Amino acid sequence: MSAAEAIPTVPVPEGDAGQPRRSGSFWGDVLRRLRRNPAAWIGAVVVSLFVLVALLAPVLAPYPELATPGAGLRLPTYLPGPGEVPDFPLGIDRFGGDVLSKLIWGAQASLLIGVASTFFGLLGGMVLGALAGAFGGWVDTLIMRVVDILLSVPHLLLAVSIAAVLGRTPLAVMIAIGVAQVPIFARLLRSSMLQQRGSDYVLAARTLGLGTGRITMTHLLPNSVGPVIVQATLTLATAVIDAAALSFLGLGGGRPETAEWGRMLTYAQAELAIAPWLAFLPGICIMIAALGFTLLGEALREAMDPRTRKR
Amino acid sequence: MLRTIGRRLLLLIPTLFGLTVLLFFWVRALPGGPAAALLGERATPEAIERINEAYGFNRPLPEQYITWLGRLLQGDFGNSIETRRPVLEEFANRFPATVELAVMALILAVGIGIPLGYWAARNHGRLLDHLSVTGSLIGITIPVFFLAFMLKWVFAVQLGWLPSTGRQSRGVDATHATNFYVLDGILTGELDAALNAIVHLLLPAIALATIPLAIIVRITRASVLEVVNADYVRTGRAKGVSKQVIRNRFVLRNAMLPVVTTIGLQAGLLISGAVLTETVFAFPGIGAFLADAIFARDFPVLQGFVLFIAVSYALINLLVDISYSFIDPRVRIQ
Repeated sequence: MSAAEAIPTVPVPEGDAGQPRRSGSFWGDVLRRLRRNPAAWIGAVVVSLFVLVALLAPVLAPYPELATPGAGLRLPTYLPGPGEVPDFPLGIDRFGGDVLSKLIWGAQASLLIGVASTFFGLLGGMVLGALAGAFGGWVDTLIMRVVDILLSVPHLLLAVSIAAVLGRTPLAVMIAIGVAQVPIFARLLRSSMLQQRGSDYVLAARTLGLGTGRITMTHLLPNSVGPVIVQATLTLATAVIDAAALSFLGLGGGRPETAEWGRMLTYAQAELAIAPWLAFLPGICIMIAALGFTLLGEALREAMDPRTRKR
Repeated sequence: MLRTIGRRLLLLIPTLFGLTVLLFFWVRALPGGPAAALLGERATPEAIERINEAYGFNRPLPEQYITWLGRLLQGDFGNSIETRRPVLEEFANRFPATVELAVMALILAVGIGIPLGYWAARNHGRLLDHLSVTGSLIGITIPVFFLAFMLKWVFAVQLGWLPSTGRQSRGVDATHATNFYVLDGILTGELDAALNAIVHLLLPAIALATIPLAIIVRITRASVLEVVNADYVRTGRAKGVSKQVIRNRFVLRNAMLPVVTTIGLQAGLLISGAVLTETVFAFPGIGAFLADAIFARDFPVLQGFVLFIAVSYALINLLVDISYSFIDPRVRIQ
């Protein structure tokens, strides 16, 4: 996915000398530029809606997560579709579950897996990247070799293999997707920190006698996280799609009627001829969620890019 | 040139070595170890003990690793738990199918992506540009398996134009010498068999091509936009160089470097995507087989296939790096 491949350029943390700016703060400037970008607005609205639906699922969903209230309405060759039965506005699935409720509960599952896996990936990547970037030398070489090994396997395949070993549970899926993201974050933070390491203010801090740990925590890390934050936003999109892919392949675990978008697609396969909406609706949901994070992430990257910032 | 290739191949060795270590301990880290994976539901303590004894799983781990690695180097990747056939054989039987699918997808992605990206850039800010930017954004966020579903529903279920499963129709009389069905058909002169295989490739290839296509459009567009305003293009125009020459030799050739890099990176995406696409279309390649192996926890297959895929991935990217020097003579590193 582009989210994984696109390595953003490192933003310059403080304003360029001699360039008059309305606000001296880097983040204030980023925010101002985000507000002017319609894509950022669309992304923010979509993401907020998605988060809201996920958090309010217990209130919004007409039926509980695993309920099968429409079980009596199923026929072998017919399933009520959207608008056909008033009680089930988006129809029912093969288990007799209300599709609308399942889509809403599915938002919760997707958000949870997306955020948790990106958090794992970010954490692992930041620790490895920070160690490599702060110490350099053999620590750097060793960590980057491990990262290279992980990168030698395509990332979805890596996630799938890890999940297969860990077993069929939602936690396994989160860890698997997270581990597959570690190399991207580690590389990004490392290169960003290495660039900072050579800068004058770090040299100044070192001359003042500050230790490596102190310099890393107060100077290198805060000034290097920009691209990592952008990547994390873009990675959320990938994580939502990957989570669906893994559970589509049967790795998510849990009961078959679990409300999860990827899982819904797995079971929609058998009913494609009689109930195509069962595939269509969860697919659209995955796409919209991923689109929201992508728009937001790309707008963020543009706003932080020093090449376009001087407007 | 040859030295560069040689050095890159040598650098590949430690990475692959590291990967074997990872893959080995990965499976050993399982609860119950490989014996439990082998036995599945039938895993009783006695049975596990017996398997451990028979396969040497109770020996020290480093010793086991050396034995395993030694076998790998001799081309023995073990047998599939599911099919009981050698992993290498299973891979070799299915690899041509996936290569055919990936090549077809790449032809679609590059063949449509580069012209589309170029036109979008040349019409910067106009409707065509906006359409291609929006379209490629959707292309990136659409899940491959969902798109595969939709294609199957529209073109196979609703319209009935294209087949939805397999590599070739059952009734087709075809000789399979190389296992590349399209190539086989052409080589043996059975053109109807080749055509039949191509028709079977279409839907899965379109599904597989979408994300790479979207990325190629975006990169080509951005890259052409950067080059088109370069001084040398302006100079060329001022000198009265013909439009075709400006386009082909000034703009496209200079804009291609980032595009080629991207195409190399897509190779990984094509392999990952194949796992999902082949599953939806019941296409008998390595992707569908791997998906089954993952579900059945067939670890010898998983270990072997991941290694093979990593090797092919690395080789493809090496090829891409070599191709740089043909596109851009400035890159010929010594």
